[in-house]
Amino acid sequence: MNKFIYLDNAATTKIDPQVFETMRPYLEEEYANPSSSYTFAGNIHAKVDDARSSIAQFLGAKSSEVFFTSGGSESDNWAIKGVADSLSAKGNHIITTKIEHHAVLHTCEFLERHGYEVTYLDVDEYGLVDPAKFEAAIKPTTILASIMFANNEIGTIEPIAELGKIAHDHGVVFHTDAVQAFGHIRIHVKEMNIDLLSASAHKLNGPKGVGLLYIDSKVKISSLIHGGSQERGRRAGTTNAAGIIGFGKAVELADARLEETNAYETKLRDKLIQRVTTEIPYVKFNGDPVKRLSNNTNFCFRFIEGESLLILLDSNGICASSGSACTSGALDPSHVLLAIGLPHEIAHGSIRFTLSRDTTEQDIDDTVDTLKKIVDRLRNMSPLYEDFLKKNKEA
Amino acid sequence: MSQVTEYSAKVMDHFSNPRNVGEIEDASGVGTVGNAKCGDIMRMYLDIDENQVVRDAKFKTFGCGAAVATSSMATELVIGKTVQQALEVTNKAVMEALDGLPPIKVHCSLLAEQAIHAALWDYAEKNHLVIEGLKPPVNDIDETEAFYQMQGE
Repeated sequence: MNKFIYLDNAATTKIDPQVFETMRPYLEEEYANPSSSYTFAGNIHAKVDDARSSIAQFLGAKSSEVFFTSGGSESDNWAIKGVADSLSAKGNHIITTKIEHHAVLHTCEFLERHGYEVTYLDVDEYGLVDPAKFEAAIKPTTILASIMFANNEIGTIEPIAELGKIAHDHGVVFHTDAVQAFGHIRIHVKEMNIDLLSASAHKLNGPKGVGLLYIDSKVKISSLIHGGSQERGRRAGTTNAAGIIGFGKAVELADARLEETNAYETKLRDKLIQRVTTEIPYVKFNGDPVKRLSNNTNFCFRFIEGESLLILLDSNGICASSGSACTSGALDPSHVLLAIGLPHEIAHGSIRFTLSRDTTEQDIDDTVDTLKKIVDRLRNMSPLYEDFLKKNKEA
Repeated sequence: MSQVTEYSAKVMDHFSNPRNVGEIEDASGVGTVGNAKCGDIMRMYLDIDENQVVRDAKFKTFGCGAAVATSSMATELVIGKTVQQALEVTNKAVMEALDGLPPIKVHCSLLAEQAIHAALWDYAEKNHLVIEGLKPPVNDIDETEAFYQMQGE
């Protein structure tokens, strides 16, 4: 079994060789701290600025509005805690959704323990936020809304421009966690009414450990990481020069290939969905069929549990991910799948396959062929399936 | 979250090649414990002869890798044992036989112990027997004292 099929690109992606080569000098001979004043550091500083301006251009933002961080989680923490702090005199109410990444949800829960009030919006069965419900949740004390651009588990793309417009109509600062969307969907922050946007380099073939927060120049935000005067005094910490320069290259490549990658991934994604839903019985396909990331698929296989499925896929050389969390006495499956209305027992059997431009048609076929065998095997040892078959027989 | 790297070789073996999967028709005793909401259900079938010796055991399990492995090991441990000895196959015995479980999966071994007890209870009821030390079966392990002591791990 020499097969290795990586279908977990929402977890992380492989660094592009061009990105790696771009970074290499800054990990080797060009090691200066870009904040230093000698010539040796100056070139590096200029390269970091180049990365900043090309990323800003990709977002439709000004260079001075892009701040580098350690990744998506830090950006989410900064956006939410920073605005909550700077606008605390104005109000204490924050609106988010039930399907956010934990970097947003746990940050909001933290703020709840510190006197803030948070509304967690419901989503529909496809994972979509209803703009009318969002508008209805806005109160005079609402200072911030944080709604993800695209969901990491089920791939649903939210109506961000519309939601941002509503926020602005009511004077509410609008943040979006675009970690899954950035580099995969064209985003223009100004046209889409986005005040704050979080992104991470490793989701688009860039290096791990570097991300960004776009902050509209009109937004008042407190710092999260205090210390030195890096990032125009807003985010302390020695500049991750190699990471940022690699991030810049990854964005340049994503920009150049975006439509081509989308078309390619969509073709493979739809083939995977088609084969799984027609060749395997009792499967639930999760997320919106159209308003969806081009690389995301998510299924629930009834009568079986996700971890078992993952281990058997792994032993067949296939990397995927599960929303199941058979990890504690609480045993709660994915909060996203529960939010779209799936019962616990079905949500436990979820699997996410996320593609990339490196995925081949053969990978998809091999995965489905293997999946069919594994699902069959696990169902044959499932008491739930046994009961289901007996019930059907009697009926 | 995948547990692959945290499972012992024995757990992986019993998960990948589970022993005694299936059903026993007209079993002497059948017990089902756990619930789908929590993600684990075990069903244990026992074939017990007239001398109260477990002749055969089979299982079906809905659950994670550890749930399948503990079920498989539990069947191996009870086959050939008397009813009284089978009752003494504790969750600790199942765990030890598997070279341990990750802490967050210890509850699976409790489920296996309870599945044996539930099947024995069913056997006792069908045959109007009293098995010394056997308590009425629980629907799920969160009703057991051991689970309470583990504080829900």
